[in-house]
Amino acid sequence: MRILRLAVTAAALLLSFEATAQTTLRIGLAEDPDILDPTMGRTYVGRIVFSAFCDKLFDIDEKLNIVPQLALSHETSADGKELTIKLRPGVKFHDGEPFDAEAAKFSIERHMNFQGSFRKPELATVDHVDVVDPLTIKLVLKTPFSPLVAQLTDRAGMMVSPKAAKEAGDKFGLKPVCAGPYKFVERVQQDRIVGEKFADYWNKDNVFIDRVVFLPIVDATVRLANLKSGGLDLIERVLATDIKEVRGDSRLKLSTALELGYFGLTINIAKDKNKGALSQSEKVRQALSLAIDREALTQVVFNGEFVPGNQWVSPEHPYYQKSFPVPKRDIAKAKALMKEAGVTLPVAVDMMVPKGAENEAVAQVLQSMAAEAGFDLKIRVIEFATSFKQAQAGEFQAFLIGWSGRIDPDGNSYVFMHTGAPQNDGGYSNAEADKALEDARLINDAAQRKAIYEKLAKTVLNDLPLIYLYHRRLLIAHTNKLEGYKQMPDGLVRVIGLKLK
Amino acid sequence: MLNFLARRLVQLVPTLFFVSVLIFSLQQLLPGDPALVMAGEERDPAVIAQIRQQYRLDQPVPIQYVYWVKGVLSGDFGESLRNKMPVRELIAQKLPVTIQLGSMAIVIAFLIGIPAGIISAVKKGTAWDYGANLFALWGISTPNFWLGIMLIFLFSIQLGWLPASGYVPLTENWRASLAATIMPAFVLGNAIAAILMRHTRSAMLQVLESDYVRTARAKGLLERSVILKHAMRNALTPVITLGALELGTLLSGAVLTEQIFSIPGFGKLIVDAVFNRDYAVVQGVVLTTATIYITLNLIADIAYVLVNPRLRT
Repeated sequence: MRILRLAVTAAALLLSFEATAQTTLRIGLAEDPDILDPTMGRTYVGRIVFSAFCDKLFDIDEKLNIVPQLALSHETSADGKELTIKLRPGVKFHDGEPFDAEAAKFSIERHMNFQGSFRKPELATVDHVDVVDPLTIKLVLKTPFSPLVAQLTDRAGMMVSPKAAKEAGDKFGLKPVCAGPYKFVERVQQDRIVGEKFADYWNKDNVFIDRVVFLPIVDATVRLANLKSGGLDLIERVLATDIKEVRGDSRLKLSTALELGYFGLTINIAKDKNKGALSQSEKVRQALSLAIDREALTQVVFNGEFVPGNQWVSPEHPYYQKSFPVPKRDIAKAKALMKEAGVTLPVAVDMMVPKGAENEAVAQVLQSMAAEAGFDLKIRVIEFATSFKQAQAGEFQAFLIGWSGRIDPDGNSYVFMHTGAPQNDGGYSNAEADKALEDARLINDAAQRKAIYEKLAKTVLNDLPLIYLYHRRLLIAHTNKLEGYKQMPDGLVRVIGLKLK
Repeated sequence: MLNFLARRLVQLVPTLFFVSVLIFSLQQLLPGDPALVMAGEERDPAVIAQIRQQYRLDQPVPIQYVYWVKGVLSGDFGESLRNKMPVRELIAQKLPVTIQLGSMAIVIAFLIGIPAGIISAVKKGTAWDYGANLFALWGISTPNFWLGIMLIFLFSIQLGWLPASGYVPLTENWRASLAATIMPAFVLGNAIAAILMRHTRSAMLQVLESDYVRTARAKGLLERSVILKHAMRNALTPVITLGALELGTLLSGAVLTEQIFSIPGFGKLIVDAVFNRDYAVVQGVVLTTATIYITLNLIADIAYVLVNPRLRT
């Protein structure tokens, strides 16, 4: 033990002599990101890293308004089939190449056509891109698609250096060259991703930190321990149960925003091999929904930090339909509905739950609440990757799963509810819902779209192919030495304007 | 001797072939679809089909195997499905990290386990003995992750002496590197130290009762020299063999320890790869591990032969 103590003391003493003149922002991530190529990236955590390296045509503000970033403005033609975008002048990529209309066209076409591109579905309605003048491009669409500008606020709108992308091919993600505030320096898998301030950044006057380092630390407790010990300056995905600890520490600050996504129960309607009562009758699904006290659920499992919900967007979202508020728990009505449906009690339900302490806690609360209305929710905890496969194969009756959310409500609804859509794991199909989902894509006017989504809400909240439960709060903790941090609803960490004391 | 070596080397080929088939087929039994995992939230069927085609996941398993073996034989382990890094590069990057961690752990284990074993044998039945036994019991029964988190809490949060996690290569900054690895190395070494202590103690007790030790004492030698020069040498031979065997424990222990301390080593590489169904990485890592084991075994066999001429037939 003495030797250990000596070694520890010696190491600590030696370490204390190390000081850096540069300011470095160290960000603790919950996972190691996948490939750092905006065309091929597909993880949420990867998007956090991109926001330091790759600017987009558009961005969002705290209220979900779309604001220009590498673009200056946009205009959609009257028929909705042309989107003209004016670009910001004087922008350079990290390799010194100029950002202009040709480069923007190249980036969008790369997203559209590159082998293995995950942006293809997002830009599927784009037919081709025209260069109007050196700082203007025009996206010509096959059909009107109102969520397009929202798509350009994310990876599909990220611009890459054409020269670097052509040279690197499918290895571009090993050393991305974009036009963001930080230049990629190095990446050691599962250890760190380092960026340094880009001297020619178009908005360099608002970048105050010299280096940014992303460190993946999977365990939430260890991530928080690193923040407390000063090894990190900011961490994402703080556990709801650790909020008290963060708030109780005067050196730390908690920044939160309500997520764009949701958590809910996907019901297997069409692919249920056992033809259980839940899949066969909407009355049974309504009974299950009424049996759940969403308020109590968020109180018990998440200390009341999360927000109860009943739609694909949160009650704070501009597209939330206030005419369909979150239902209160009503056991009597739930029992009556079960009786009307004529089912034999208890109704057994195979509930698939991806492994994880929070998921399992939610499942247990649901189980006990639903039992009172005559349900026997059988919890089947399963590893995450396996749950995906089984969901697609329809091997579940109810699936407890969340969605990280998209800026446009289309991204939270279409792929889950439209007949045959890729994430419609329960096989839901309703002509009225399909029509509303399709119509909402054609119209740009917000008020008109909201009216269409109201029709969708009416249908879907009756059919309940998905029982929405709550909306998570994005929990970011950081040292109080970090100034100017604002949490955006997309969960990404924006480095512009941040200062380290 | 040459004959023996040649025979062993020839045996190596079918062993490695068997291992490679085993890795490949066991992995296919993993539930879940790598293409789906890779796609994450972007589950567009066209894109998923393209991934399957790109990584030959749509081909029959034996054909996938042939492609893989062909690559491996020419030194190409394929590339990570998740981030396109060549697997060979990933292994070259991670292996030194785990070797450093493992070596430090073994040193710590020997430094703690052997003196503790000797003391408890020499002072049998005293408070020293009970203390050392208690330590051994604690060491064997303490879970790695618990000890790891407790150490982080004490040395990083409370005292602020050591970084809570992360890794710095020895070549970059040896002081920072030692500071980053001392806690995980202790966690790993601790369990092995406990086992070494138990074995040292029983070996020492046996040796201390043997005739030659009694003779040494009768000659009037100092107790210290009886223990250190006469008894310990003989007692340690089986213990050192055991220490070498514990290298296996080290590799499996590293999986959990590296996860807690976010050490980007071999253990973390394979855990992440399994959860992401990154087949190419899993295959590469397991094959490398198996090769290391087999090679170490071979070296041990050769050493035995060198030491014991009766085996040289």
